[in-house]
Amino acid sequence: MTHPGREGAPLRVAIVGAGPTGFYAADHLFRQPGLVVEIDMYDRVPTPYGLVRAGVAPDHQKIKSVTGSFDKVAAQPGFCFFGGVELGRDISVDDLRAHYHMLLYTTGAQTDRRMGIPGEDLRNSHPATEFVAWYNGHPDYRHLTFDLSQERAAIVGVGNVAVDVARILSRTPEELAVTDIADYALEALRASRIREVYLLGRRGPAQAAFTNPEAKELGELADADVTAVPEEVELDDLSRAAMERTGDRATKKKVDLLQAYARRTPTGKHRRLILRFLVSPVELLDDGTGAVGGLRLVRNKLYATDTGTLQPKPTGEFEDLPVGLVFRSVGYKGVALPGVPFNDKWGVILNEKGRVLDPESKHPVVGEYTAGWIKRGPTGVIGTNKPDAAETVVCMMEDLAADRYLRPRDASPAAAERLVRARQPLCFSYQDWLQLDEIEVGRGKETGRPRVKFTRTDDMLAALGRQSGAPRRE
Amino acid sequence: MTVASLLARKGVKVITIQPDQQIRQALALLADHNIGAVVVVDTGARPIGILSERDIVRAAVRDERGVFDKPVSALMTRNVIVGVPQDDLASVGYTMTDKRIRHLPVVEQGRLVGIISIGDVVKAQRDQYQGEVDTLQFQLIAEQDKPRARAG
Repeated sequence: MTHPGREGAPLRVAIVGAGPTGFYAADHLFRQPGLVVEIDMYDRVPTPYGLVRAGVAPDHQKIKSVTGSFDKVAAQPGFCFFGGVELGRDISVDDLRAHYHMLLYTTGAQTDRRMGIPGEDLRNSHPATEFVAWYNGHPDYRHLTFDLSQERAAIVGVGNVAVDVARILSRTPEELAVTDIADYALEALRASRIREVYLLGRRGPAQAAFTNPEAKELGELADADVTAVPEEVELDDLSRAAMERTGDRATKKKVDLLQAYARRTPTGKHRRLILRFLVSPVELLDDGTGAVGGLRLVRNKLYATDTGTLQPKPTGEFEDLPVGLVFRSVGYKGVALPGVPFNDKWGVILNEKGRVLDPESKHPVVGEYTAGWIKRGPTGVIGTNKPDAAETVVCMMEDLAADRYLRPRDASPAAAERLVRARQPLCFSYQDWLQLDEIEVGRGKETGRPRVKFTRTDDMLAALGRQSGAPRRE
Repeated sequence: MTVASLLARKGVKVITIQPDQQIRQALALLADHNIGAVVVVDTGARPIGILSERDIVRAAVRDERGVFDKPVSALMTRNVIVGVPQDDLASVGYTMTDKRIRHLPVVEQGRLVGIISIGDVVKAQRDQYQGEVDTLQFQLIAEQDKPRARAG
């Protein structure tokens, strides 16, 4: 049996989503010995890198350096990028089936989980993910506004996203000015009147999801004193026992650090960052005008599940926190793609080890795969997506060898390109991106910043000397 | 990382058996699905026990001929330790190793929603560590490259 993947008959793969997972999967495919593969990578925004550009905090440039390895993948012969092309809007799954042997969905988790409490939709209550996309210059979020005239803000959650938001709210304009934060966000934050920022964890200090380097960074902010409530960072018996049993040194370090924060005396810095633990919001309070006037918290106690996980249980003791701005950061959530089976329960594409499953038969759908957050849910660091993508590629290679792949009507690269250009004439190539990248970095050099981002599609087109032409279909 | 993220990439199939079915049927399930244990559920899909290949091996040594006809309820382990989707991977890994459990049924509001094996846990932990090492590596490389980039 001769299947595609040879000289003259390359395996044609469409990857939907140009984030880290898409690049890791492409890299893995290119490295398959003896396989000749061509990859077309699609993204709904004009630029590649997914959350590395739109999620990773602007003051964490080192983490963004991973894009260098993505550029190497994109430079491989047989790689093609179609930016600004959205599945479901510009092209359909059927279009892709007609042009590729295999489709791989790596669209990540595009929205956030709700808290499910009263008042969640009051004015000045936001998903942290929207704030993150806004300050990072994501074209779809640049129009948002946040009421930074408030003096007190609370962030619900103690994961790394929550910590990012707390840090960005607490940094001085000078600290932010040397990052690649979006220009409009820098201006808005320059005028910020926020004095107190609360980070709220439902469990104790030993269970906080943020990592130690992130916690340490909070103690080194130029003009914000970090503090914690002494009673809340004391270890309860269950947490102490769990830590002793497992001998987990990283957790011990984290707890030590948080206890040290609780002992710190404020040094008179302009802002205060307050870490709270063992509290859950139960209601956002209306200030009488439909905006957030406060956050009602319930104190929690920890209990151990069968497997020894410590989980929070409300005590019935309440407290009102006077805040005027709330960001919820209780997790990202995947969004269903039009025409792709979805598992509502876990918020992922219905899959087994990356093979998309038919919802009726529960058997794999021929030629369709998934990897990354939209496969397993939003967990892990950027690098975690590498083994995850590799697992999916193994399935793809097994299926190719077993003759399970799509039989496209026209697998030529030219046919795919014709289709895309017809549907979305404004689409961006990788060459376009490299040019934009150079311009962004160049604009940054003048002001001592890593780059000054383009945040509007029209600006990108203009910079490339292209006409914006017909209005985009929304 | 939670148990939910392990279940997310395992499809929706959970192989179960009823307590009054025969060991013969349980063996067929284990073989067909290439798995090491099957969750025993009552008619309300509540897990009431777990039957592993090891349970059957032990019984077969004792009673070579009779083992196939026995009901599942005769050999299953009762008092099963169960997980919930929100359980932390780290505690689950610790508890499974500590108590020598190879399969953990996962329930939500009393109903079975999945099962994870110690192999799933080890793989997830390995991927997690591998991802962290990888992330640290490229950050270190970025740091080393920095002065050079400035000089150039």
